[in-house]
Amino acid sequence: MTGMLDMDISSMTHVIVPALATTALPALPMAGINWHSVLFLLFAGLACGFAVGVVAADNVVRMALYLVFSLGATAGLFFLAGAEFLGAMQLMIYVGGTLVLLVFGVMLTAQAPFVSIKPSSSDRTLAAVAGASLLALLLTAAFSVDAWMAPGAGVVPAPTATPLGMALVGVRVDTPPSGSPSGGHAGYMLPFEIVSVHLLVVLVGAAYLARAKRRRTPRAIDAVASAMPVEPAVVATAAVPAPGRPTGGAKSALVGGGR
Amino acid sequence: MMNFSVAASILPSGLPLPVSFGMIPLFAANPFTEPVGVIHYLIVGAVLFTAGIACMTLKRNALGILMGIELVLNGANINFVAFSSSYLRAEGAPTLGLDGQVVALFVILLAAAEAAVALAITLNFYNNHATVDVDRADDLKG
Repeated sequence: MTGMLDMDISSMTHVIVPALATTALPALPMAGINWHSVLFLLFAGLACGFAVGVVAADNVVRMALYLVFSLGATAGLFFLAGAEFLGAMQLMIYVGGTLVLLVFGVMLTAQAPFVSIKPSSSDRTLAAVAGASLLALLLTAAFSVDAWMAPGAGVVPAPTATPLGMALVGVRVDTPPSGSPSGGHAGYMLPFEIVSVHLLVVLVGAAYLARAKRRRTPRAIDAVASAMPVEPAVVATAAVPAPGRPTGGAKSALVGGGR
Repeated sequence: MMNFSVAASILPSGLPLPVSFGMIPLFAANPFTEPVGVIHYLIVGAVLFTAGIACMTLKRNALGILMGIELVLNGANINFVAFSSSYLRAEGAPTLGLDGQVVALFVILLAAAEAAVALAITLNFYNNHATVDVDRADDLKG
């Protein structure tokens, strides 16, 4: 991971120094700067750096914070690519919704022993080697296509909010991209409906799974906390069937109240 | 063995270290004056994807694994947006158009649904086992 950062910095200095030497300081040194590229480098650096930070951090609260920054910078990349509606959705749904949900999960489970669960150093080494190999493979595949290496022509795209909304209800009002192999215009009415029902079912299921259950026995977490020093005591506590309660029923096993 | 043959078919022939050689045209240009292309977005997407995979495999906290999944989905989204943007492609080059953004939108929605369910499962696991360490989830081990 540090090797990647070193490569980034060294390549940047390697580029800046000859540029300064050859341009011989014109009257307006800022004139040739492409601010789109500068902003891209800023957001790309933030996104990549904080993504690596998520992997490197051990504290789960810091991981959540770094993830918020990384995904926020990704929204900036979406804006720079001309997908302004998608960038706004990224900020509102992802950063404002999904990650807040994750942060709530972190807060609900952040007991002292679990805030920072450290992987072993051999696992770290293995993950670094595997990650570097995967990154090399992905970059090699990306660099192997010449059409992707061409710099952008800077064709400013049309606003996307209205065409996206119309496409989601099955009507396409955008012009097909030039040279598009399909040239077709499929609406997204059916996927939109499927995703809607999927979201509804998933949220009902999540509410069912996470609901506060009425417990007739002390919570397993309390039993473990009271018997923390001796590991066999935990097993013994868990193995004792609850009084006045049918054991072995399929329903109690399903809802996870076995302990 | 098969992995090596697949990788060899992807790599350009005659380049012993294709990664470093392929990057030379990109890094030889001044990044502050050159316009951004698709390849820049692909690099960012690859970094986010790799970080997410590493996070999923490395973390022992169940929520850390969830965060890795979010990173992977965002890496894929960056690629979709890059391929759909006419701003990043050469003049007249084919793009995904609006379809790429629609797919990215669906990915965001499904990621929200996945996070809700996975979080509920994690909370249930925490209530029953008093830990979020996935290495302790060995009830089904014989």
